[in-house]
Amino acid sequence: MNKIISKEYFSDNVVKFEVEAPLIAKSRKAGHFVMVKVGEKGERIPLTIADANVQKGTITLVVQKMGVSSTKLCALNEGDFITDMVGPLGKATHIENFGTVVCACGGVGTAPMLPIAAALKNAGNKVISVIAARTKDLIILEEQMRQYADEVIVMTDDGSYGTKGLVTNGVELVINREKVDLCITIGPAIMMKFVSLLTKKYEIPTLASLNTIMVDGTGMCGACRVSVGGKTKFVCVDGPEFDAHQVDFDEMLMRLSGYKDIERQEMEKMECASGARK
Amino acid sequence: MNFSEERAQSWRADLRSAKKAKERTDIPRVHMPELDPEYRSHTRVEEVNLGLTPEMAMLEAQRCIDCAKPTCMDGCPVSIYIPKFVKQIEIGDFLGAAKTLKETSALPAVCGRVCPQEKQCEAQCIHTKMKKEAVAIGHLERFAADFERESGNISIPEVATPNGIKIAVVGSGPAGLSFAGDMAKMGYDVTVFEALHEIGGVLKYGIPEFRLPNAIVDVEIENLRSMGVQFITNCIIGKTITIEELKEEGFRGVFVASGAGLPRFMNIKGENLVGVMSSNEYLTRVNLMDAANPESDTPVLPGKNVAVIGGGNTAMDSVRTARRLGAERAMIVYRRSEEEMPARIEEVKHAKEEGIEFMTLRNPVKYIGNEYGRVTHMVLQVMELGEPDASGRRSPVEVPGKTELLEVDEVVVSVGVSPNPLIPQSVAGLEVTKWGTVVVNNDTMQTAIPMIFAGGDIVRGGATVILAMGDGRKAAAAMDEWIKANN
Repeated sequence: MNKIISKEYFSDNVVKFEVEAPLIAKSRKAGHFVMVKVGEKGERIPLTIADANVQKGTITLVVQKMGVSSTKLCALNEGDFITDMVGPLGKATHIENFGTVVCACGGVGTAPMLPIAAALKNAGNKVISVIAARTKDLIILEEQMRQYADEVIVMTDDGSYGTKGLVTNGVELVINREKVDLCITIGPAIMMKFVSLLTKKYEIPTLASLNTIMVDGTGMCGACRVSVGGKTKFVCVDGPEFDAHQVDFDEMLMRLSGYKDIERQEMEKMECASGARK
Repeated sequence: MNFSEERAQSWRADLRSAKKAKERTDIPRVHMPELDPEYRSHTRVEEVNLGLTPEMAMLEAQRCIDCAKPTCMDGCPVSIYIPKFVKQIEIGDFLGAAKTLKETSALPAVCGRVCPQEKQCEAQCIHTKMKKEAVAIGHLERFAADFERESGNISIPEVATPNGIKIAVVGSGPAGLSFAGDMAKMGYDVTVFEALHEIGGVLKYGIPEFRLPNAIVDVEIENLRSMGVQFITNCIIGKTITIEELKEEGFRGVFVASGAGLPRFMNIKGENLVGVMSSNEYLTRVNLMDAANPESDTPVLPGKNVAVIGGGNTAMDSVRTARRLGAERAMIVYRRSEEEMPARIEEVKHAKEEGIEFMTLRNPVKYIGNEYGRVTHMVLQVMELGEPDASGRRSPVEVPGKTELLEVDEVVVSVGVSPNPLIPQSVAGLEVTKWGTVVVNNDTMQTAIPMIFAGGDIVRGGATVILAMGDGRKAAAAMDEWIKANN
């Protein structure tokens, strides 16, 4: 049981939690994730750690309402408990002085990118963050990102904030302007696919942090498997970060949609139930 | 009291002389009462084997001739004093029998259900040398353990005076629980760390309720708790806490029993299609996460035509689960013939009764999916048996050009697992084989790092509950000796 210390809404569908987890706060590094389960009959879902405070013994999670489990998590309030949480899991991001690094973030992907950007900056890199979202309200953590990044480029699909365009437009702008040594991307799978296609064209090494379906998250079930360079890899123990140019994103997208129909039915059931209570 | 002194006690001697050996061996072996196959193939959690009645158990116990050299015990990895508990059942002292079991086994109700007795104790029974069926030791073990539990009169094994020495156990599966029980008996202060949110390891996530109800595992865990063993869930040694930190907190020994890990796949085309999954994933969803229960948030794909690849006990558990979840066709696809199947004969028999189809001498070569990436068909290569291979079993050979197309909407791959990678990845200095198993001294289960011992699937790569428990006992005895020598 892990107590929620604070809750903040970034938008209607995006929530930031600070959660008591002293051991995880102490041992986690940039790139790590936790498995979270809400309720006795809850589902285990992976969430990348956005930040940690060792003194307070807390970690920060940023959650977007997507399906049943993330909606249940977002419904929890300050003082409530998350039933089960375990971590830190996965391999930490490999940090060194690469030179100039572009961090390409989409939607809530900005949250797990924060500690990576901070660590990269610490190691002496020039960090340029491109943070993109559909519309202004969905741009999160811009101010925090400015603390670590030498430059922050904001992109919105509808042009309501920053520059109008996709994350790839922002990344390409930087590539055309200066030498980029590494690109790291975190966001929806489809976005990472297009970032990867772009940087491949320019032969810029790129890492993608993958968020696949997991059951245990500890190297046991194989639900998270992806094809990387034609070989099957397990995101939970071999990842979550992989050479983006080697990742079969189409297969990953297909696997991510495997439970879409069941998920939709469950969401409808849940919405009906909450509607009935009102 | 040693075994021969025990055997010489008057009650045992009287019992032996009360009935001639010939009369005993002439009694036919008891049949385990079972749920009706048609009924049980549609019920998800009800146990298949119903257990013996006291009358059945007492009659079966009479079949044991109480040998001077009980070879059955040589077949038991945890050295249960078999003749003693069987004879206690014969005289109706069921609680005494349960106590005898618990002297050496932390999980008798579990072992009585899932041990392959026909390959262990029962294989060594004197009856088999006389070409008769072995005494049903497993059924009797289950009977005694169940009787005690249902009586509410549960005995707690004697625990030595606490010595204050802290010991950590990594993983709460059969190896870890068995080790924890023995160390607690010797007075150690034992803490078991479990990565998942439930205690029991494979007993909870792997073995289905219809073969081993969770409630029974929980009672055995409660027994360990009352012996002073502490359990911490959601904690991964090597990740949440390091071995170094355990040392700083005063832990003097660590037993690594982190179990099986990454599932093996066959690396064939279409294996990552939606609907193709490992048995670990399928069983974890259904058993640990209770996915088939409408109350559970974890989904499981409903399969109408389900193929399970493999011929082991896990394959049988998976295919019988699929049948219970509503599969119209639930099929075993196995590359050898039924004779070479590693699964227990009882599991194969139960599966067949439940309408499972056995497609033997077939090997999948390709999966085909629809436009949504969901598996719809598989291509099977027809095999025949060739010369015996290293395992002594006749090896399967392809019949050239002979393939079949099979309609499937769910495939469960059950061709084995690799050891869990978390501990080998995170503990520097641990010696690991190229298969990822931890190297130990076979006599002591001690690793290259003296304070760390290991056992179960993390050492064996994939074995049975009882072999894991045997490792736990062996490691406990050796660690106790090592700690005393290094005090």
